[in-house]
Amino acid sequence: MENFGYIVIVPFILLISFILIGLAGGRFKPSLSGIAGTFSVFVTTVISYITAFSYFSGAGLVNGVYQKIIPYNTEWLRFTDKLVINMGILLDPISVMMLVVISTVSLMVHIYSLGYMKGDSGYSRYFSFLSLFTFSMIGLVISTNIFETYIFWELVGVSSYLLIGHYYQKPSAVAASKKAFVVTRFADLGFLIGILILSNITGTFDYSILTDPNGPAIAQGSTIAFMGLSVMTWALILVFMGCAGKSAMFPLHIWLPDAMEGPTPVSALIHAATMVVAGVYLVARLFPLYALSAPAALHFIGYVGAFTSLFAAIIACTQTDIKRVLAFSTISQIGLMMLALGVSDYGGEKGLGYMSSMFHLFNHAMFKALLFLCAGSVIHAVHSNEMNGMGGLRKFMPVTHITFLVACLAIAGIPPFSGFFSKDEILVAAFEKDFVLFIVSMIIAGLTAFYMFRLYFSIFWNKNNEYKDSPHESPSSMAVPLMFLAFASLITGFIPFSKLVTADGAGFETHIHWGIAVPAVVIALAGILTAMALYKKESGLPQRITASLGSLYRLIYKKFYIDEIYLFITKKIIFNGISAPVAWFDRKVVDNTMNGIAAVTNFISVKIKSFQSGQLQQYAYVMVSGMIIIILFALYLWNK
Amino acid sequence: MDILILLILVPVLTVLAISISRTKEQIRMSAAVGMGIQLVQATYLVFAYLAERKNGNVDDMLFVRSWEWFKSFNIQFSIGVDGISVSLIALTAIVIFTGVLTSWKVDNLSKEFFISLIVLTTGVFGFFISLDLFSMFLFFELAVIPMYLLIGIWGSGPKEYAAMKLTLMLMGASAVLLLGILGLYVNSAAAPGGLMTFNIIDISRLNIPMEVQRIFFPLLFVGFGVLGALFPFHTWSPDGHSSAPTAVSMLHAGVLMKMGGYGCLRVAMYLMPGAANEMGWIFIVLTSISVVYGAFGAIVQKDLKYINAYSSVSHCGLVLFAILMSDKISANGAVLQMISHGLMTALFFALIGMIYERTHTRDIRFMGGLMKVIPFLGVAYMIAGLASLGLPGLSGFVAEMNVFVGAFQHSDTFHRIATIVVCSSIVITAVYILRVVATLLLGPIKNNDFNLIKDAVWFERATVIILIFAIAGIGMAPLWLSDFISRSLDPIILKLSMIK
Repeated sequence: MENFGYIVIVPFILLISFILIGLAGGRFKPSLSGIAGTFSVFVTTVISYITAFSYFSGAGLVNGVYQKIIPYNTEWLRFTDKLVINMGILLDPISVMMLVVISTVSLMVHIYSLGYMKGDSGYSRYFSFLSLFTFSMIGLVISTNIFETYIFWELVGVSSYLLIGHYYQKPSAVAASKKAFVVTRFADLGFLIGILILSNITGTFDYSILTDPNGPAIAQGSTIAFMGLSVMTWALILVFMGCAGKSAMFPLHIWLPDAMEGPTPVSALIHAATMVVAGVYLVARLFPLYALSAPAALHFIGYVGAFTSLFAAIIACTQTDIKRVLAFSTISQIGLMMLALGVSDYGGEKGLGYMSSMFHLFNHAMFKALLFLCAGSVIHAVHSNEMNGMGGLRKFMPVTHITFLVACLAIAGIPPFSGFFSKDEILVAAFEKDFVLFIVSMIIAGLTAFYMFRLYFSIFWNKNNEYKDSPHESPSSMAVPLMFLAFASLITGFIPFSKLVTADGAGFETHIHWGIAVPAVVIALAGILTAMALYKKESGLPQRITASLGSLYRLIYKKFYIDEIYLFITKKIIFNGISAPVAWFDRKVVDNTMNGIAAVTNFISVKIKSFQSGQLQQYAYVMVSGMIIIILFALYLWNK
Repeated sequence: MDILILLILVPVLTVLAISISRTKEQIRMSAAVGMGIQLVQATYLVFAYLAERKNGNVDDMLFVRSWEWFKSFNIQFSIGVDGISVSLIALTAIVIFTGVLTSWKVDNLSKEFFISLIVLTTGVFGFFISLDLFSMFLFFELAVIPMYLLIGIWGSGPKEYAAMKLTLMLMGASAVLLLGILGLYVNSAAAPGGLMTFNIIDISRLNIPMEVQRIFFPLLFVGFGVLGALFPFHTWSPDGHSSAPTAVSMLHAGVLMKMGGYGCLRVAMYLMPGAANEMGWIFIVLTSISVVYGAFGAIVQKDLKYINAYSSVSHCGLVLFAILMSDKISANGAVLQMISHGLMTALFFALIGMIYERTHTRDIRFMGGLMKVIPFLGVAYMIAGLASLGLPGLSGFVAEMNVFVGAFQHSDTFHRIATIVVCSSIVITAVYILRVVATLLLGPIKNNDFNLIKDAVWFERATVIILIFAIAGIGMAPLWLSDFISRSLDPIILKLSMIK
């Protein structure tokens, strides 16, 4: 086995880039910050590719099984001898894969941003935070223990907060960033308590002990029961709560659509390709624990994923803001990944769901980042997010048009684009394990194709809008990343994932199951054709359909009023129901009691003021009686 | 000369130097130089302490010196330090130095101001090095009394009321404390093999009878707890902080409240472990309330200083909570939290003072968009906020995680539920911190006058940078500080666990 010590450079160069741009960025020409940030990510990408190549080409392989390699591990904080937080680097198939995903997308987004953010007053700040984000995200995936993950988990949360609020003078962006942070923080509370319970059962934070299928953690895991489920199951469900927060699973998904207030490249990087799949990644990281000692928790995850996926896909069909359509599409696709994990078992070919989930994560990162960057390019050209105001853009923006089409075909699951391959594996895995989930994923496949092509036709075909200044293709710094990612969406489906990234590290053979693939493609094509019929040419048909659906359409369009429910909980219950009474109670009751005591003391002192009358007889009287009392008391003590 | 004696002597000499200074320039220079020397000394003490430990000195207390004071009462003046007090001394030195810097522009009676401020600090340093309950109490009083003048004269708003309230409540607490201390003194003779003594080390070797502990543990815990903002005795904090001048708020929330936590740990818990284990649950309930209640209280406040005062109630409640867990990890967390809260709250109050000087209001309803005009202070405020909500990489996270992990080592339902309740504060804290950051710094600029205000000047920058440096330093490399403290916790935890 090779020693991968050189990886240490990656977090360091990104951290230095963050600090350097953050401190000095304002003093130099802004473009320097962009170049510095892009350079550090470029180095990261090169190192990640070298690592991935050498790891998968045999350096990580022992007896046909990919090993966990820890090239670097240092003590950061020690609670007890066993409960130690290390800062380290763990290489295994999923972390190496994530290195590739994060560095690729991040590099593309950096290059794209050089053009997209040009002239922005917060240019340096933007690149500094991008470096912080990339640093934290890479730290998250290469963590050697669950507490290290938690640390970087919080850091990606705060980078996301900072980047969503990039346009900090815009109230909606401020509100969105706040919402994102608080919702994920709430979820992280579950994660934290989950870690506490987990570390208490197993006595360790370390992944290599926690997820060792023959290790003590899994062997002793489910002894104590609480409310019908083992404590281990509860702990893992709580950890999943954290995952649900980051990965925007129902009902914690509400922050993601709002997060689109951030600059579009940020949405591509954080809210489509990398951070939002952290939840999927963490479940995969702890997968042996889930599969072997808490199958109930895994089952739960599968159903949460399926429900979220369907729910978000339905909403996506009605939204008109192009970034929001993509946001709901992201939620839906992540739900699909969770579903795939939920139908997976551990070991060999039974781990098909796990492998397909990771495969889909990889492909999704590429085509979803592409979709967002295309959307950014469109928004850049027409200065609007509303798809009703677009149409006919294919003539003005050929590169964006073609790359967007590629991404749409990929996400819809049309062969030979990448989404087809991973979705097929997910469907097969679901089919073998749980028929309900299989049907749900088929429906989702159809809906996905429909809403994506609804978007595609509305933007690039449909009516020929009159634009104030005619839209133009984006500069090459923006077009090149699009072409690269489109190329990736074309080829990544052919990567033999089942040989590389599996639950137990041992590869297995897969092939396309035409019995499932053909119906899936047919359903997807049906979705595309429906969208084409409705949206390719301008017609009143869509309006008539929505009108006939009436209140049902409104319900979906309003995202099932989940936001309003949350608003009620936060405004009415937390603010007016708890905080305001607490503040009132503190001032009026607790404080007034204290003031009351003071007032009583004052009152008594006024009353007994008369003792100081100046009359000598009275003083003598009091003095003598006092002395007698003291003498009596002393005698009493003496005798005792 | 002995380093610990110098720690008290230098402030005294500084006071003398200030009192003979003639110009304002001389006054503030002597204050700054004096406290600068103090900071150097504190740093030296840290390294001297480490060196001594490295040489294999395993005594509980180092640099111990003792002088007879009142021989007939067996009262000594004895001093000595361990990892806990050294780290708190370092905290005090940082806070007072930055406090002097932020007071650079105090013009009104500046001589008297700096004298009171430094007399107060002398009390704090004396408190932390005392090994004798008698001198500890004297220093405690020395720290509390100048507070009355500082708030009453240089304060703002209803300052007489606030000063009176704060002083009376803390005086009430000292009355209770005095009772507790005398109780310990008298009853140290009742313990097998004991003499009447105020010496903490001597008392810690005794087993005070349980029935005595039951009376005096609550007295001492409440007495110190008032200073540590124990619910329901915390109400001096919002009023006191909001009326106090900037440097006094910094010192008070940053350092004085820590004397409460330190006293609870060193005196109440250490000397009376039996009652601590038996009656701890009452205070665990109260401190859990403090933590959550303070955080909820902070959500709806409108005055920046009130927000911070309530936030301090919450964070200092966590200190007392962690101490009560009588677990080594969480006790370590308690000390870390004292240091971390001391630094970040000093930063907060310093920034609030600087912002107030520019905007002439502390009401967040009238503010907005300040990030655009004062980016340096804005970013610093954000960092303080992120430290407060426990972002990894800053000091608050390390402290909180120690407390939570430590508290969770108890496997009974009561302690676990209390821990989960206390954990929930991380969400509530995020809510109020982000609310204030959003209304104060972000969004459009609300008031056109704000367009004219200027960013920080040199002494303000120095204050902010020193504090942020300390916060981030602890947050990024916590191990050395944690190790520094944890060895000194052994005797305390050992005593607490022997009783169980």
